[in-house]
Amino acid sequence: MGLVIKSYEPTFWDKLYFPALIKGLMVTLRYFFKRKITIQYPDEKHIPPDGYRGLHRLNKYEDGRIRCVACDMCAAACPADCIEIDPGPAPWDDGKERYPVKFEIDLLTCIFCGFCEMACPEEAIELTEIYDFSAYTREDLIIDREGLLDVYEMTKDQNYYSRQNKNGKPKI
Amino acid sequence: MDLLGFIIILVKVLVVFAGTMLTVLIMIYAERRVSAFIQGRLGPNRVGPKGIFQPLADGIKFLMKEDIIPAGVDKPIFILAPAILLIPALMTFAVIPFGSDITLFGRQIPLQVADVNVGILYILALTSIGVYGIVLAGWSSNSKYSLLGGLRSSAQLISYELAMGLAVVSIILLSGSLKLNDIVGDQQGHFLSWNVFKQPLAFLIFLVAVYAETNRLPFDLSEAEQELVGGYHTEYSSMKFAMFFMAEYANMITAAALTVTLFFGGWDVPFVNEAALGLWGAMLSVTSFILKMGFFLFLFIWVRWTFPRFRYDQLMRLGWKVMLPLALFNIFLTAGYLTFKAVI
Repeated sequence: MGLVIKSYEPTFWDKLYFPALIKGLMVTLRYFFKRKITIQYPDEKHIPPDGYRGLHRLNKYEDGRIRCVACDMCAAACPADCIEIDPGPAPWDDGKERYPVKFEIDLLTCIFCGFCEMACPEEAIELTEIYDFSAYTREDLIIDREGLLDVYEMTKDQNYYSRQNKNGKPKI
Repeated sequence: MDLLGFIIILVKVLVVFAGTMLTVLIMIYAERRVSAFIQGRLGPNRVGPKGIFQPLADGIKFLMKEDIIPAGVDKPIFILAPAILLIPALMTFAVIPFGSDITLFGRQIPLQVADVNVGILYILALTSIGVYGIVLAGWSSNSKYSLLGGLRSSAQLISYELAMGLAVVSIILLSGSLKLNDIVGDQQGHFLSWNVFKQPLAFLIFLVAVYAETNRLPFDLSEAEQELVGGYHTEYSSMKFAMFFMAEYANMITAAALTVTLFFGGWDVPFVNEAALGLWGAMLSVTSFILKMGFFLFLFIWVRWTFPRFRYDQLMRLGWKVMLPLALFNIFLTAGYLTFKAVI
């Protein structure tokens, strides 16, 4: 025995159309007064949720020593093969013998998967919430060790975008 | 006619013309902002405070753009069509009374450019001429999309003008005059003397027909972006396109003003005797007229961003099989009531 599907028979009320039309108008009127969800981008910046994977940074200890010990784990874990590290003997005398002389990430190749962050035994490399970095040349998008340390300085207070919003133009 | 009278008429013409054009600008801005608000966006807000100079920026852009006349068009008609559409749209407002009489320089001045004794016929005639602009634009463009747009527009006109005219007839029966001034005068007093309460059915028919008349959604079949690219104005660019645009909004303004005049007491403020208040009364009446008109203009935009477009056959069915019989029924009721009243 097959399934009997009854189609909807419009009632007299439905056939008048006007009640339904007014209902529709009320829906759009409600949206008319609702809060607008537009973010006026350059003036006002979207704050990404926790765990957003944006631009990388290299962490430092409080005394200024770079956390990275140039173990190459991140480069090994990187599926896009965008990290290049040259190790050297550390100038600091704290039992950690190596540090990166050169630490470059090709941001055009990077897929922002966050594997490097997970692989790192020293919690040295981390992905920040910064999403709006751009440059006029490909070379400018290869970020070096100093650049990554600068990103750390910019983002260590965790309020990179909310700080910009405060300085930006008022909401229109 | 003496010199003063001539000057008064000239000033009134200028005021009405400038008022209409200003409202067109406001409407272009309002359309974009309201549509944005309804969709949860902000809309244009960069040109001037809250973006109020956006229509001016658009106008400048239209003037600077290259005016393209495609090969193969019927040139004289192609150039004439936007004017045929725009000029009647701006002329229609002339007979609409937008306020009670004022007394200046020792003479009574009606706030109406021309008190034509066949006011309603004048409006119906001019709005019908406007459709020629659309049809000719579609015809002369030498493009299948434009032609289909023009064709649809004329079919739409035939099926809606009838119902609209018949809805107006029942109003004429009540007021006994074609003069818009008399129709407004007939609705003076309190709320319930407005025609919308005496003739609710005629009002609904008229309202729906007006949307078809002005080619607005849900009846904008002659433009129908998804099917006809841009409809009758596909091949137009620069200021000629802007003229179509302006004509559409001018038509909306006239339609809103006409709806207010016929069904919402025109410039009437309920429970207030405007004539007794002198100049203040006139100002009050103009304000009330503008507010009522503003509501209907908002309704035009509101409806546009709420309802989907009717299909061609649905439109025809609605026009011929629903609205026309309803309008005839309404006339029958009204005439029956009047006869009954006269006999008693």
